[in-house]
Amino acid sequence: MNLYQYIAEALFFAFILLTFSGGLLAVRSRILMHAVLGLAVSLLGVAGLYYFLGSPFLAMMQILIYVGAVCIMIVFGIMVGYTPTEVVSRGIKGKNLVLALGACISTFLLLLVALNRATWIPAAVHRGDFSLAYLGKSLLYQYCLAFELISVVLLTAIIGAIILAQDKEGGHF
Amino acid sequence: MLLSANLNTYLVVALFLLVLGFYGVIQHRTFIGMLISAELILNGAGLNFMAFNKFLAPDPAVGQVFTLFIMGIAAAEAAIAVSVIIAVYRKYNTSDPDEVHDLHG
Repeated sequence: MNLYQYIAEALFFAFILLTFSGGLLAVRSRILMHAVLGLAVSLLGVAGLYYFLGSPFLAMMQILIYVGAVCIMIVFGIMVGYTPTEVVSRGIKGKNLVLALGACISTFLLLLVALNRATWIPAAVHRGDFSLAYLGKSLLYQYCLAFELISVVLLTAIIGAIILAQDKEGGHF
Repeated sequence: MLLSANLNTYLVVALFLLVLGFYGVIQHRTFIGMLISAELILNGAGLNFMAFNKFLAPDPAVGQVFTLFIMGIAAAEAAIAVSVIIAVYRKYNTSDPDEVHDLHG
């Protein structure tokens, strides 16, 4: 193993740490703005992991769509209903907290055991590569339906969001 | 063996995101907090697709297309959820999920 591999491995762990710490901040924060910040950090970490999984394009899309669009939209949602630095109540306590932690930890352990017992068999034949040209070609030929479907879903969602958020009495937003 | 070249590493990270999202949905007392946690769960799913795509799938475009699909769905879902939250806030004047109800009793 040479120096570059060590650096890459250290970066990998940095991204995993980013994902974990951001997720913890998103879940445990008392202030909603901090929770969104944690979500953005966590999504950045996942974008780094996408890079390690051989798809720089998906990493860029992750930053563009998730960190850029979804987080900003959630920030707008916060600013409509809350004072941004307002401390929202911590939520569950006592018995409920124990039950929630128990459910989550048991789910984690169950899936971890299942994961360790599973044997994954790689596909026998491979075709294509990880290049952006191949991805674009498959997106417009073989997986054309997914491409068109997501456009329709996004258009419907935009129109639906406008109708839902409309003020019925005044007719303005 | 390098951890970054091992399928299980990615699956464990995705599993952690899933469980964290579960916990967040349970413990957040605001609609926005629940939405944030749901985004974490969706991201765990996307990471799983990318990991299987890299290590097992015969065609490397499948997982990437599906992850793009998940991103689009998540964006649409966030837009709808935020507008529903705005509508609920306008009708009930509160953002506490426990106080949003029509029936008294």
